[in-house]
Amino acid sequence: MAISTVSRTDVRRAVSQANRKRRGRRFGRAGGYAGRSVLAVFFLFPIVFMLVSSLKPDDQIFADLSSPKAFLPIGHVSLDNYRKVFDTVPAWRFLANSIAISLVTVILGVAVNSLAAFAISRMRWRGRSIVLAAIIATLVVPFETFALPLVWWVNKLPWLVIQGGVPRWTFGWLDTYRVQIIPFVANAFSIYLYYSYFSTIPKELDEAARVDGAGWFRIYRSIVMPLAGPATATVAILTFLPAWNQFLWPLMVVQTENHRPVMVGLEYFFQLNVAWGPMMAYATLITIPVLALFLSFQRAFIGSIASSGVKG
Amino acid sequence: MTQQIAAAPLVRVEPELEPPASRRRHRAEKAEARAARTFVAPAAVLLTVFFFVPVVLCFALAFTNARLISPHGPQFVGLDNFTRLFSDPLFGRSLRNTVLFSAVVVPLQSGFALVLALLINAQIPGVNFFRTVYFLPVVTSIVVVSILWTFMYQKDGLVNHLLQAASFNAIQGADWLNNPSTAMPAIIFMSIWQAVGFHMVIWLAGLQTIPGDLYEAAELDGATTWKRFRFVTWPGLRATRTFILVTITIAALSLFAQIKVMTNGGPLDSTSTVVFQAVRAGYEQQQTAYASAISLVFFVLVLMVSLVQRYLTRDKD
Repeated sequence: MAISTVSRTDVRRAVSQANRKRRGRRFGRAGGYAGRSVLAVFFLFPIVFMLVSSLKPDDQIFADLSSPKAFLPIGHVSLDNYRKVFDTVPAWRFLANSIAISLVTVILGVAVNSLAAFAISRMRWRGRSIVLAAIIATLVVPFETFALPLVWWVNKLPWLVIQGGVPRWTFGWLDTYRVQIIPFVANAFSIYLYYSYFSTIPKELDEAARVDGAGWFRIYRSIVMPLAGPATATVAILTFLPAWNQFLWPLMVVQTENHRPVMVGLEYFFQLNVAWGPMMAYATLITIPVLALFLSFQRAFIGSIASSGVKG
Repeated sequence: MTQQIAAAPLVRVEPELEPPASRRRHRAEKAEARAARTFVAPAAVLLTVFFFVPVVLCFALAFTNARLISPHGPQFVGLDNFTRLFSDPLFGRSLRNTVLFSAVVVPLQSGFALVLALLINAQIPGVNFFRTVYFLPVVTSIVVVSILWTFMYQKDGLVNHLLQAASFNAIQGADWLNNPSTAMPAIIFMSIWQAVGFHMVIWLAGLQTIPGDLYEAAELDGATTWKRFRFVTWPGLRATRTFILVTITIAALSLFAQIKVMTNGGPLDSTSTVVFQAVRAGYEQQQTAYASAISLVFFVLVLMVSLVQRYLTRDKD
């Protein structure tokens, strides 16, 4: 008897405890969503504010600040700010420049870095380990440490131009597209990413292809590269983002409008009377392409950032 | 293309003329090495011209009087730039601001990023949405973000209006960027907002390498949430920790874009940083040599910090 009562209360206690735990978990889950949502608002509100403000005239932006209307596209909503952007700055030119610069940097970067990584990871030659060590060593030095000497240096670099059919050397790379592209093509981290990815592809494939008479470039192009899609996506994204976002470098090496990229174009709006509406419109305009890319290739974007953490 | 020709002897087997196996192999190895060097050449040349040479130049020019545009070549001036640098009050202030910024940003940002990573590592529906949203500022350029927050930080801007609304007019807010005592904290806050998602994703990658059965075992042993974090998660993140510390610190020490866009070093040099000063000297004042000296000090700073961090977070066993 006694034993059975004890066990019954035990069971009851256990059941109520489990219930409490489950209820606690349910509350915990609701709380979890609440906390996560507050954080989502925290990360989202400035971006929403930017998008919404780009559609309103300045006086309404300021009038709406003290109410939730600041985050809602209501009132005098129009594309006037965007029109003003194109009237005051050569925005199309800046956008075209940035698109061209980032695309060429990505294409050349993928080609040059994958080829180097291919040779380092899959071919036997003397000096291979020294080259790899030298490349790894460059990873710890931030661009800012040598950016200033680099300005001095690119101002002295030669370039071959053909004038009236006669090749002639010119000196100084300032105010060109190449000065915004070529220094960023070879990238130690991209080489490293390809290098680690290539080592996961079985070497037997190369050997089989060699037996069939394929040359090394053929193996690279037709066997290894097609299998390295994820690495290429990562390298493309990690090259594209900084190329699109370049600011410090073009600020120093580009003085004319013709070659100016989008980020430096923002400086145009820092005149005496800041027109915030058009400025928000321009900021939106140069953010949308990246945002659209990110939202359509989220997994690849986040995966590429995550893989940048593997090098530690 | 050359390597295809080089590879040809392997294929064209002509029994009478065929060289001994060892010689043939030797020739194939030579061809392989030649092809490999051709493949590495573009990257090697570019890295040499645009990385190794400028780094060496940074060291070399720091001891000269080089100017960005000058009819004369650089002349050796010994330690002049460094004596000038260390008696320059602006450099002292820039160095202090840079160190202060890093000292606040590194722990706050890495800690906050870890909290976010734990939140989005949970197995609950809709977690991908939160991950995307937390990551959005990272894909927004720091220049755009700086402009946006400059607008929001104005005296009658959004931040102050939100503070008033949240505190029922108890807090009036400040003219954040025009006040020497609030400018740097405002930039710190914004910088963390922008970059924390990046390190969240790296923490997340680290979290996902920890095997799930470790957590199951801990749960069976009755470990609390905190204990599971302390004895399973934290030790499992050792490599990630080092990486995050080093990358956040280097990024923080390189602070430039926010300063250039938001305050231009002001008010009263309260937000001038080492890189900002180097750019001002080297580009705006065209004093390449002086800028190189500043960069060199910056380089030593970065190197020291990452070595110390690597030492402190090394494998202790």
